[in-house]
This record gives sequence, structure tokens and C-alpha cells, in this order.
Amino acid sequence: MALIPVESEKTSRIRMMLNGEETDVSFAPYKTLLEVLREDMGHTGTKHGCELGECGACAVLLDGKAVLSCLVLALECEGRSVLTVEGLGTDGRLHPLQDAFADLGAAQCGYCTPAILVTAKALLDRNPNPNRAEIREAISGNLCRCTGYLQIFEAVEAAVLKIAEQAKAGA
Amino acid sequence: MPGESKPLSAPDNSSESPTKSPEANGDKMQVIGVPRRRVDARAKVTGQTRFADDIFLPRMAHCKLLRSPHPHALIRKIDTSRALAHPGVYLVLTGKDVPIEYGILPVSQDEQALCVGHVRHVGDPVAAVIAREELTAFEALDLIDVEYEILTTISDPEEALATPEPRIHDYGESGNIHKLVALDFGDVEEGFAEADEVFEDTFFYQGNTHLPIEQHASVAIKDPDGKLTIWSSTQTPHYLHRALAKVLQMPPAHIRVIATPNGGGFGGKSDPFNHEIVVSKAAVMLDRPVKICLTREEVFYCHRGRHPVMMRFKTGVKKDGTITAVHLQTLIDGGAYGSYGVASTFYTGALQTTTYHIPRYRFQGCRTFTNKPPCGPKRGHGTPQPRFGQEVQLDKIAEKLKIDPAELRLRIVESSGAVTANYMRLGTIKLAECLRRLVKVSDWNAKFRKLPEGHGVGLACSAYLTGAGLPIYWNKMPHSGVQLKLDRGGGVTVFCGATEIGQGSDDVLASIVAEILGLETFDIRVYTGDTDLGPVDLGSYSSRVTLMAGNAAIQAAERAKEIISNAVAEKLSVPKERLRFAGKTVFDSAAPEKRMSFQDAVCLAEARFGTIGTVGSYTPPKSPALYKGGGVGPSPTYSYSAAVAEVVVNQVTGWITVPRIWIAHDIGRALNPTLARGQVEGGVYMGLGEALMEEQEFRRLPKKLSHALVHKFPSILEYKSPTSLDMPEVITELIEEPDPRGPFGAKEVGQGPLLPIMPAVANAVYDAVGVRIDEVPITPEKVMKALAEKRAGRAPRYGPGAFPRVDWPESLRVPPPWEGGDGNAVNDTPRPPKPSSEKAKVLSS
Repeated sequence: MALIPVESEKTSRIRMMLNGEETDVSFAPYKTLLEVLREDMGHTGTKHGCELGECGACAVLLDGKAVLSCLVLALECEGRSVLTVEGLGTDGRLHPLQDAFADLGAAQCGYCTPAILVTAKALLDRNPNPNRAEIREAISGNLCRCTGYLQIFEAVEAAVLKIAEQAKAGA
Repeated sequence: MPGESKPLSAPDNSSESPTKSPEANGDKMQVIGVPRRRVDARAKVTGQTRFADDIFLPRMAHCKLLRSPHPHALIRKIDTSRALAHPGVYLVLTGKDVPIEYGILPVSQDEQALCVGHVRHVGDPVAAVIAREELTAFEALDLIDVEYEILTTISDPEEALATPEPRIHDYGESGNIHKLVALDFGDVEEGFAEADEVFEDTFFYQGNTHLPIEQHASVAIKDPDGKLTIWSSTQTPHYLHRALAKVLQMPPAHIRVIATPNGGGFGGKSDPFNHEIVVSKAAVMLDRPVKICLTREEVFYCHRGRHPVMMRFKTGVKKDGTITAVHLQTLIDGGAYGSYGVASTFYTGALQTTTYHIPRYRFQGCRTFTNKPPCGPKRGHGTPQPRFGQEVQLDKIAEKLKIDPAELRLRIVESSGAVTANYMRLGTIKLAECLRRLVKVSDWNAKFRKLPEGHGVGLACSAYLTGAGLPIYWNKMPHSGVQLKLDRGGGVTVFCGATEIGQGSDDVLASIVAEILGLETFDIRVYTGDTDLGPVDLGSYSSRVTLMAGNAAIQAAERAKEIISNAVAEKLSVPKERLRFAGKTVFDSAAPEKRMSFQDAVCLAEARFGTIGTVGSYTPPKSPALYKGGGVGPSPTYSYSAAVAEVVVNQVTGWITVPRIWIAHDIGRALNPTLARGQVEGGVYMGLGEALMEEQEFRRLPKKLSHALVHKFPSILEYKSPTSLDMPEVITELIEEPDPRGPFGAKEVGQGPLLPIMPAVANAVYDAVGVRIDEVPITPEKVMKALAEKRAGRAPRYGPGAFPRVDWPESLRVPPPWEGGDGNAVNDTPRPPKPSSEKAKVLSS
């Protein structure tokens, strides 16, 4: 059988913006963005539940849009911007979504949480005031087996209010 | 331990919780009962919780397992030489490297980490490759040559009953019957003779799986000092510890098991697994870290999920609804291994008596082996299936007797503190309160049988254990232990074997200790799930952690409080009884200006008595069920739930929509209401999945291929589970009447709320369109078939026909308490021992 190059053959190299920081990374060319984030860049906050694009646990934002990182080749990310859960907070403070998820029981086992957080952020970035149907729709590709989703909806709604308050206070 | 304190080592065997609740002093609780951010929330929302696959260690090798493509075969030959020669491969293991049998139950030691001579389901592991890269290990699997001799496949319990040979295992009752149970509590025939009506129904409950989003993963290392450490996504580190010691033939003292936080468990990570043993063996042999992370397909092969169960309920009732007798038969598809199956078999019968008064009860259960991934404990363990049958049959009984279903249940609900026909001693029962609250909030009386065609409501109830009363292996030691360390900075550290699987056990421990010592949960550090650091807790199963680890934590914290109180009382010249711990201070309740900070109090106590550390432990009360099999079902107390489901059924497509669920849960007390509600909603969600879509299904490949029995869809895409779009509105009512056995009165909430959902949905479908779907999942196809029957003027029902013939053994006869019984069987005769040579014969064949 034909031998596929092993991982130690990090023959590909790209530069991308990871969580706001310009970053170079070398990796084996067949690797997915998920694998490169976790294995080559030490960003294990992004999870996986199938590596087939079915569960949604590996979602990250690619140029602001939620994508399943298990279905994206890292090679496609040259010059692009990637946001993971590690990049959500700013200046040592949690993002309002993170605070709301923590306060309102939206994370039980916490495994699907990072992907749902970034997916919710993408929603709020394009629609700062979503209704519950829009929240349901936005995270319908992210499976959660613990919560039954309701506390997740409530946390997103609470974050919406918080962000609006902060914007008002800042304005 | 300070010199002055009384001996503290004796386990607490009383059934009451050692709680000295602040409420007893008229003080308001500061932590318990207050909705709070859980202690591990920040780690989870920042992605910093370290799950097993998040562990990367220097020099770490990767393991992949070669799995059987055949459902049932003998291994004739394995040649690993080509794999071993593959560049980058460090080690190839086969069954002979880890031949010792293990299993979660002492009576079912029937698994091998890698099959030695016999594979029993597609996915059974036969060899392991450990290589520098995961991909290399995966490639090398193709280079292992295995010769199989195909055996007849047994695909379901009826085939298992009809096909005694070849045997899937050489132990069990006979042929492919793993376990037979027959128990009589009183004379049921007499009971049926006294009945005004006797109902007979058969039901089928399809198997389904846990589907935790985290795939099982483990990392093992040989420690620098030569011992073994394994990090693993396990719910039961203590039982894994025992299995590793047995299979690897190592002293348990030289093995450390660290349960990483589980990315969902639901019972699916409660067995010791072959992959955990394999990476441990490889790490010891290679002297380097070895990791495995299962693919999603492999998680389906690990399974241990809900047993498919065929059931027959025969129930006698008086005209007023009083039950005179119940005869329950269950036929259980166990899959390829024992797992928890013997316990699961008893569980299909043990809890039927805990909700309604049943004066005479006969239970017959039969678990068969089949060539499918092994079934085991999933949320509700063995009880959702018969609960579904019982609650749907009650709905039929209520209709026939022309009694409202809620009213019927209110008439027959069992009373607090009762000992049931099968000797389950019940704790507090607030099921009637649950029902009354539900009827009110769901506006039941305005809806039941009154909604327009296609719309319906259905009601069902349930009960569940708050912790198994007996451990998995026989011993007299506590079920849970807690150690506390108090430091000079005023910090408190909790050490406990309890395992965080998302349910919030770390928060339970922190909140209890914080409440008693007057601190905030952020002041508490919690180290759990580590067999080296903390005393044993048996694991996160049977909804046992809040009550058992909670009570152990109370005992440890009260002992710490006692030591500090002694020092502070002396220093402030205040009677000890007047001291209060709140707001991080210790003060005189009669003269609050007499106070000191908690930190100063700890330092004072340390100066007075020496280093401060305390322990607490919990052992459940003894059960009155003394008969053989009576060890499954007892619990310190039981939770109760009642639910109303509202459905809309499309009569053209059969599609069922569930817009709303009302659920009332008798929780005793919600330690953290945010988490309690999350558990209820999560249980409702999972119950809806089981009710409407989830099924672990198998199919045979075409004859021209291997005709093998394979999993129909081992992928998340095809295994349908509810998404955020499917989730209904849930109205949760927590009924909080503290149970004296629970910590601060708390009972379980992790499993019980799932149980009434499936029958409530089935009953609602009947209310909506007048058809009975006597099996789950209730798919559109089944609804359409039942509607067709209805239109054709036949019985408007979809469900199984006759219950298969099983040769039941003579029942153990246990007279119920009200017939003068003492909990023992009157005809208990030990079964003859099986010849021990039988096993060796089959394995060498």
C-alpha cells in the first residue's frame, strides 16, 4: 500500500491570524484545521466528537463565520483569521457569552461548549438581537447531550442583553 | 487528627444524613439552595477543562485497535509480523499478551482486553498497534493477518432462545441464556382472582445508546518511579483500578487511575474498557506514554447502552383502580458480554413496586447473549423499559375503569417509608404532590381528552434510586469517602474519588463544605476522580454521588467545624454551641461582635491541636431485602417524577411534534437549583430522544457478502438524536421536601426525570389520535401503521405480539411483609455449581 506521509513530516507551513495573533505553523499537509489547532498549536479548547462533520463540537470561526474545523484543511487557512474559544475573552475578562453560560448552567460536561460559544458569537456578530427561533437555528448543528439546550438559549439571550448594556455604557 | 477529638474512624451506618443544617438554628443557608455558577464553570466556558484527549505528553505513542469484522467467529490464527515491521510501529499486542478475563461484575468476568480465541460482535478488538503516529498505527492495522472461522450469528433474544449452540459464552444459565430470574412476592394468582379486571399487554423497548459527545480516550504512562498512571474518560475510576490490577497482575498500590472530566457519560463510561487495559499494558512495556482516542464508530461498538427489552405485563385491578397483583416478564437482549447485565436484569423488575402499592408481585426476567455490542447501564439502568410498559398500561387501565389517569395514580401511590412487596424500603415520597402540581400547571383537566383531533396530552410517573444500596463487589467498606485539608490561608481542599461527568459532583462537594464552614464555593479546591489523591468513591453511576459523597462531605466538614469551634470557643470564651460559621467568619450568635475571621480561626485551631485534616464517609443503610437478588434495587431513598407531554400528531405523515413538557420532580432539596433544573431538562431531552427517534439498530449484510450482522448506522449523522430545533418548552417544578437521608435533604435528579417521558409521550399520542404505540421509539412509520389499523376497524395499535416462550425456573418465593415475610425466600436452594472444566474447553477449541 502507498504510504501516507507521517505527521512528523511537517512539510506545510502557513501564516494565519489565530485569535488576533499572527501565527506561523508547520504541519503535515493532510491535516485538518482541527488537528493542527489541537496537535500542532496546543489549542485544545476546540473539541471533536466525530471528525466527520456531524456533531458540531469542533466549530471555530473562520473569517468570522462558523465552520466545522474537522472539515477544513489547515492548508486552506493561509492568511485567514481563526477564532477559537481561547480567543473569546479580552483583557483577562470573559466574553459576556462565557459569563452567561457559566452563570446559567449552559455548560454541563462542557465538551460541546467551546463550539457553541463561538457559533453563538458568530450569530450575535451578524444579528445583535436574535430571537429564540434564530438562536435555535444558529446552534442546530451543535449537538449537546447534557443540557436539553434550554439553558443554552437562555444564556445566549442573557448575553445579548449584557452586550447591549455594555454598548450603551460605552457609547 | 487533633488529640482531643473523639475517635472518628468508625463508619456512619445510620440511615440519616449527618447534616446539622443551619436551618436547624433558624439561620438562612448561604450556599445550599442558591442558584449559582458551578465551581468548574469557568474552566468549561474557556475551553480549559482538560479532557483525556486534551493530554499531550512528550514521547507519546498512539494506539489503534484492530476490530473483528465478523459478529461471531473463532480466531484461528493471527500473524502480526508485517505490522511489526512497518516503520514507526513500536509494539503490536494480541490477546495472549493480556489474556486475563475481567468485567464490571464479579459474576460476569467474561471480557478480554483483546480477544484470545473468540470474537462475539463486530468491533470486538483482536489486536492493538502502538506507533509513533496515530496514522501509522492505523495503517499498520491493515498489515495484521487474522484467520477467522465463522460461527452462526445470534441476532436477537428469540434466536438466542432457539439456538443454544454455538454458545456465545460458556457460562450463564444454559445455551445462550445469560441470566434467568424468577421471584414471587405473594401469590399473584390469588391476586388476579380478587381483581375486577385483569389487563395483559406486551411492550417492546428498543435499545439505544448514550452518544456522549466526547469519544472515549485514555492516556497511560509508566511513572518515573516505575508505577502506572492512566488518565481516562471513565465514570468509575475505582472499578477501573481493580480491573487493571487484575488483568495486568500489578499490585493496586502501584496503579493510579485519574478520571478526567467526562465529556458526557450517561452510563456509557462505567465499565472498565479494553482500550484502557491495552494502553496501560503498552505504556508499561514501552516505558513511554501511550494514548488512544476512539473514533465515533468505535464508540458505537463500546456501547453498554439501553438493553432492548420485550415485556409482558399482567395486572389485576379493582374497580376503584387498586392494584391486586402484577406479573411482569422481561426478555432482554444483552449483546455479546455480561457487562452490568445481571444487575440490569434485576433492574427490569426491581423498581416496579416503588411508585404504586402492589400487594403481590411476580417478576420473571431473562437476559440472553447476542452477537451485538454489549448492552449495559444507560441513564435509568434497566428501569425505563418496564416503567414505559407499566405507565402505558396504567393509561389503558384508567380508560377502561373510566378514571382520570392522574386521579388513578393519586389513589394508588405508595406511602413514604413503606417497605414494598419486594422489600424495597422507601424514603420520602412526594409523588402525590408532583401529580397535583402537574395537574395544576399543565391545566390537565382542561386538556385531557378535550383537545382537538391530532392534539393530545399524556401523563406518566416514575421513581429512581438515589444510589445503589450495594457496591458492585461485596465488601463492608464505605461507598464514599471525603478528606478535607484546611490550610493557614483559610483555604479548604476537598479530596474525594467522585467523578465529574458534567452532572456537577465537584460543585456538590464544594457547596456542602462551603455551607458548613461559612465560606464561598470559590474558597474551596476540589480534587476528585484520582485514586491516589482521594479516598474511594464508587463512581458516578446509579445517581449515588450527591447523596453518598455529599453525606461524606458533611461528616468531614462537621468534624473540621468541631475542631475549629473548640479552639474559637476557648479563645473567645463563648459556649461552643453559640458559634456560627458564616461570611468567612466565626462568631458568637448571641454577641456577633465576638468574632474572628475563618482564616484566623483555622490558624488558632492549628496552633491548638496541630495540622487540621478530617475525613468523612458514607455507607448506605442495610436493606431488608435478604433474598437472593434482593441486592439490586435497594437505595437510601428514591426520587419521584411525574410528567405531562403535549403532542401534535400529523395524521397524514405520522410526524409527532412535542411543543411542551411539564415535569414535577421530588428532589428533596435542590443543592444548586441551576444545576438541578439542568439535570431535569437534560433528562427530558434524552427521554424525548428515546421516545421519538433514538435506536441502536442492526442489519445483516447481503448473503453474497458475509451476511454478517452489522450496526445499521454507527455514526452521529444516522443515529438520530434531538437537536436544538426539536427541543420543546419544558416547565420544571421542583418539589422540595427534604429527605432526612439526603445531604441537606437532597435526593437524586440525574436519572429520574428521564423515566416518565417515554410513556407520557405514548399516552399523549393516544390522546391525540387514538392509537396505542406499545413500543419505543414511536416513529412516524409506526404511527401510520397503527392509524391504518384503526381505519381498517382493527385494534388501533402498533406493538409486539405474544411474549416469546421462555422456560422459567421455579420462582424464589418471598412472602411480602404483610404476609409475615422476613425478607428471605422460603424455598431458597442454592444452584448446583457448574463444572469448571467447561470454560477451558471452549476457549481452546
